[in-house]
Amino acid sequence: MSAPATAIGREQPRLEGRAKVTGTARYAVEHPADGVAYGWAVQASVAKGRIVRIDTGDAEREPGVLAVLTHENSPRLHPAESPELLLLQQPRVRYRGEIVALVVAESLESAREAARLLRIDYDTEPHSSVLTEHHPSLYKPDHVNPSFPTDTSVGDFDSGYAAAEVRLDQTYRTPAYHNNPMEPHAATASWTDGRLLVHDSSQGTTDVQVVLGRLFELPAEAVRAIAEHVGGGFGSKGTTRCTPVLAAMAARQVGRPVRLALTRQQLFGPIGYRTPIIQRIRLGADADGRLAAICHDAISQSSTIEEFAEQTAVLTRALYAAPHRRTTHRLARLDVPTPSWMRAPGECPGSFALESAMDELAVACGVDPVELRLRNDTEVDPEEGVPFSSRKLAACLRDGARRFGWADRDPAPGARRRGRWLIGTGMAGAIYPARIPGASAEAAAGPDGTYQVRINATDIGTGARTALWQIATDALGVPGDRVAVSIGDSDLPPALVAGGSTGTAGWGLAVHRACQELRRQLDDRYAGTAPPDGLAVRLDTTDEAAALPRLARYAFGAHFVEARVDVDSGEIRIPRMLGVFATGRVVNPSTARSQLIGGMTMGISMALHEEGLLDHRFGDWVNRDLATYHVTACADVERIEAYWVPEEDDEGNPLGTKGLGEIGIVGSAAAVANAVYHATGLRFRTLPIQLDKLVDRLPTG
Amino acid sequence: MRSFRYERSTDPGRAVALVAGEPDAAYLGGGTNLVDLMKLGVARPGLLVDVTRLPLDSVESLPDGGLRIGATVRNSDLAAHPTVRRDFPVLARALLAGASGQLRNMATVGGNLLQRTRCAYFQDVTRPCNKRVPGDGCSALEGQNRDLAILGWSPQCVATHPSDMAVALVALDAVVEVLEPAGARDIPLAEFHRLPGERPDQETTLAPGGLITAVRIPALPFARRSTYRKARDRASFAFAAGSVAVALDLAGGLVRDVRLGWGAVAHRPWRPRLAEAALRGQPATEETFRLAAEEELAAARPLTHNAFKIPLIRNLTVRTLVDLAEDATDPAERDR
Amino acid sequence: MTEPPHRSPVRLSVNGRPYELDLDNRTTLLDALREHLALTGAKKGCDHGQCGSCTVLLDGRRVKSCLVFAVAADGGDLVSVEGLAEDGQLHPLQSCFVEHDAFQCGYCTSGQLCSALGMLDELRRGWPSVVTADLAAGPNGVTDPEIRERMSGNLCRCAAYPHIVSAIREAATVETRPMGSLR
Repeated sequence: MSAPATAIGREQPRLEGRAKVTGTARYAVEHPADGVAYGWAVQASVAKGRIVRIDTGDAEREPGVLAVLTHENSPRLHPAESPELLLLQQPRVRYRGEIVALVVAESLESAREAARLLRIDYDTEPHSSVLTEHHPSLYKPDHVNPSFPTDTSVGDFDSGYAAAEVRLDQTYRTPAYHNNPMEPHAATASWTDGRLLVHDSSQGTTDVQVVLGRLFELPAEAVRAIAEHVGGGFGSKGTTRCTPVLAAMAARQVGRPVRLALTRQQLFGPIGYRTPIIQRIRLGADADGRLAAICHDAISQSSTIEEFAEQTAVLTRALYAAPHRRTTHRLARLDVPTPSWMRAPGECPGSFALESAMDELAVACGVDPVELRLRNDTEVDPEEGVPFSSRKLAACLRDGARRFGWADRDPAPGARRRGRWLIGTGMAGAIYPARIPGASAEAAAGPDGTYQVRINATDIGTGARTALWQIATDALGVPGDRVAVSIGDSDLPPALVAGGSTGTAGWGLAVHRACQELRRQLDDRYAGTAPPDGLAVRLDTTDEAAALPRLARYAFGAHFVEARVDVDSGEIRIPRMLGVFATGRVVNPSTARSQLIGGMTMGISMALHEEGLLDHRFGDWVNRDLATYHVTACADVERIEAYWVPEEDDEGNPLGTKGLGEIGIVGSAAAVANAVYHATGLRFRTLPIQLDKLVDRLPTG
Repeated sequence: MRSFRYERSTDPGRAVALVAGEPDAAYLGGGTNLVDLMKLGVARPGLLVDVTRLPLDSVESLPDGGLRIGATVRNSDLAAHPTVRRDFPVLARALLAGASGQLRNMATVGGNLLQRTRCAYFQDVTRPCNKRVPGDGCSALEGQNRDLAILGWSPQCVATHPSDMAVALVALDAVVEVLEPAGARDIPLAEFHRLPGERPDQETTLAPGGLITAVRIPALPFARRSTYRKARDRASFAFAAGSVAVALDLAGGLVRDVRLGWGAVAHRPWRPRLAEAALRGQPATEETFRLAAEEELAAARPLTHNAFKIPLIRNLTVRTLVDLAEDATDPAERDR
Repeated sequence: MTEPPHRSPVRLSVNGRPYELDLDNRTTLLDALREHLALTGAKKGCDHGQCGSCTVLLDGRRVKSCLVFAVAADGGDLVSVEGLAEDGQLHPLQSCFVEHDAFQCGYCTSGQLCSALGMLDELRRGWPSVVTADLAAGPNGVTDPEIRERMSGNLCRCAAYPHIVSAIREAATVETRPMGSLR
């Protein structure tokens, strides 16, 4: 594959495409391992309490069983690590579904049966698992994820709101959402001469290496973690999870390599989820819809194990202008699993509330929703007062409206009907931070004219491997078939996880700089050709990234949705969705489009299908599989398009890129809900919007 | 999953003898539900008798215009069968509304009738369920019961039968041919599935060890005007929130005859006989259709989260009847 | 429960190669492929027939291999994703998936490909689907609504759906090998 003169900006098929379509790409539990044994996790069946007795007899008598690990006999883990990962160390149960034992056997079949035969007795205690506005445990965390101030205030919201001509005060609710990557969390672990090798389904193995080293008290070089191909993560594999830890414990115990994959049902809890959230939005505006006051109050949950404070209201700090503004976050600590990262944490659920409220304000003021957002655009970050590196929200809104055919829209709700369908359209804006974390990368030239680029980036389906190859190819100025990119291995120069839409910017900058420096040294010292021993350059961009000027760096977007609602059944279908985004320079339009469409589709799923159904008596969700926890299927996605506006943003980062893995989901659920409102006249402030909430409220005549 | 012995049978009598001879034996058909339940620990058979190679895989037209469908005919083959498509479109549409292409290629007609409820509490061995463990209690009664029954339930069980196919078949007065240890007999499908009552663990009137050998559909010429309407949130590959099967016979603007079936409302595919009786001889108007549906639904007792099923089933019934009635008078294409 | 598990000899043809195995009766076709034949192309996404990642062709028909006991497939003729390319030449479906970027993480891809292969064969046989307007006449070609409905048994959390549909649509026009011949 030879790259053109500029690889960046060209449609480039994925480098691992052939491996993926021929079934030869290997995922975490697919690597050959001699004498491999199989782990099977066992979960607590009470929400809160203490294990008082474990009878392993029947399980151990199951033929093929090699070990039953419990808190009574497990290898000890160093307690400095996150309490979430101190697995099988003590008898307390903090949530229903917490992993309390691990069976290891010769076969998957024996392991599964032995897990079923394990008898565990508990002393139970009353539990609390329902998030409410008045939960007694509510408190103000010191900061929200990852390190934002918990509350902010500019101007005087209360007076600004009181004085506004038009006031809106509404509460929006979203349920627990479960990441559900297609590949369940899984790891293979083996020990050789005191060294630990782990194949993990992870968004970043540098962290896995560090964490396993700490837990097992090993020097970093004694741990190697590999994630060559990862079957999706959407945030849930962004931190080190239970699977590599348990696999490593089991492998040490039985002295053989161990494969451990959680079942689909087991994912609903131990690997995190998006917290349920209660959001109150207050908007005060003049009669033309110009905002005077914005307040966004968010309440979410965490476990008793660890604090996880979703940054729900943070997007409201930067999206629209208003002189008086306030955002707050409160957290309840419940007897539930710890929530975790899920695609656009904070911005995704926060935008459902804010962008629904903006639609309500547009209706209240009689202003077109696109125009309302244009009127509240801002040149500077409204809380920080600093300029944006680039801000093309208005361009996204205008371009989207043009492509979608928004101009002809009649704002009257419930006014369009075709046969048995009510038809409506809705839109929403989107924003997502463009962060640039530092990373290390190495570029090497061989005497044969080939180049090796090495960085511990991870491709969880984003197309990172291919994008980095395009970046490297351009920086080296050589044909692409001479460049090889190695990623997904903790032996490579360290880099952050695939998360926060930072990969192309952060890893990309490191690769770009390493390749530039290699090219410079080759040209300056070796007349452009590598010496007989080759030449390698390794550098780190942490300082460069930290030294970037203080600017507000964001990607922006706008969603446009058509919804139809069956008047008899209340069934909702989305015949069309269109998004326009400003994400800086697009390295690979092909994979970029896929990322944006994927995010938008997950937004449809969030708006219409997904919901963890909590049963408070048990303290966990009852719909723990893909037959009852619905995600969008092929038939749900009819016509969906993603575009981007040209954006030169050299101040954002030296490559001019912004991330785009997450912005596609931001605002998308609100756009769907707003379209349902326009179709039916019914406003839904609680997700998901399902037929039971519409049937019998629609005109069937 | 418990270890099990595996036997493959090519003779129905031999298969029945094998299963009847062991208390914890089960028939293995397409496996789409049984294997699932075995993995969950809900079903723990010690012997599986594979019936997929029995000579029961043909669809025969009967001299009177009816149809006999072998028990091991796969759902996809039945849905694609030209006679079914022409004479009993309601059945083809119900089959095609169910599951996914792969599952329809696997699932058998007999197995489809015998599939278990998808009530989440039944499928999770860590939660009480009277159907799984008699006397254990019903977690669903006051739990997450959006998908569960509004008709014919008992305090012991509020589960629904999940089949789409069976809803069409019950409307068509299908008869289940079974081979039991005591011999062969016919069971009308409407009497095949039980209501839960005090014994939700007993789901059918099939004798222990009994094997479904075929399903017979009597001739019903007006079933050529029949269809199936399934409502669900996800556009495909989802169990019904509610469904209706309808066959309609009109004469001079009056309902000469009608067959109805309702799905996702009860422990068995529901045959709304009161509604049918209220329709016969009446003018084919939206008002008549609504009153008939409401008459049957007067007995509905919704649970905490499923009151929506009453208007849903009413609306689907009315709309499907209206569509079929319009089809009868105006062949122009409908708008859906 | 302390007796050794029941086992059976199982003969399978996989991608044209015969195998004779001795398997625990509980072993599914999916686990037989993945853990006994080192053919890890078919994926385990849910293990309960709810995601489609494990789809293979068994005796020419697409099935979910996680719900088939290998012993019950004895004598069966199986095609997995590893059998689609011939002599290193990608099947048109495979090359169209790459060209259309019809996958991201790739974990559902093997199942999507096998499902698409079986699905196109079903379409060619004239099998109707729930979106087919005229049941008796059958489907009106390889249309997007037909593809979407028929591929809905294969979930893709990355949501490559529109690209999956366009890849299949194109492959259906360039496909030269009869779909049923993959035995």
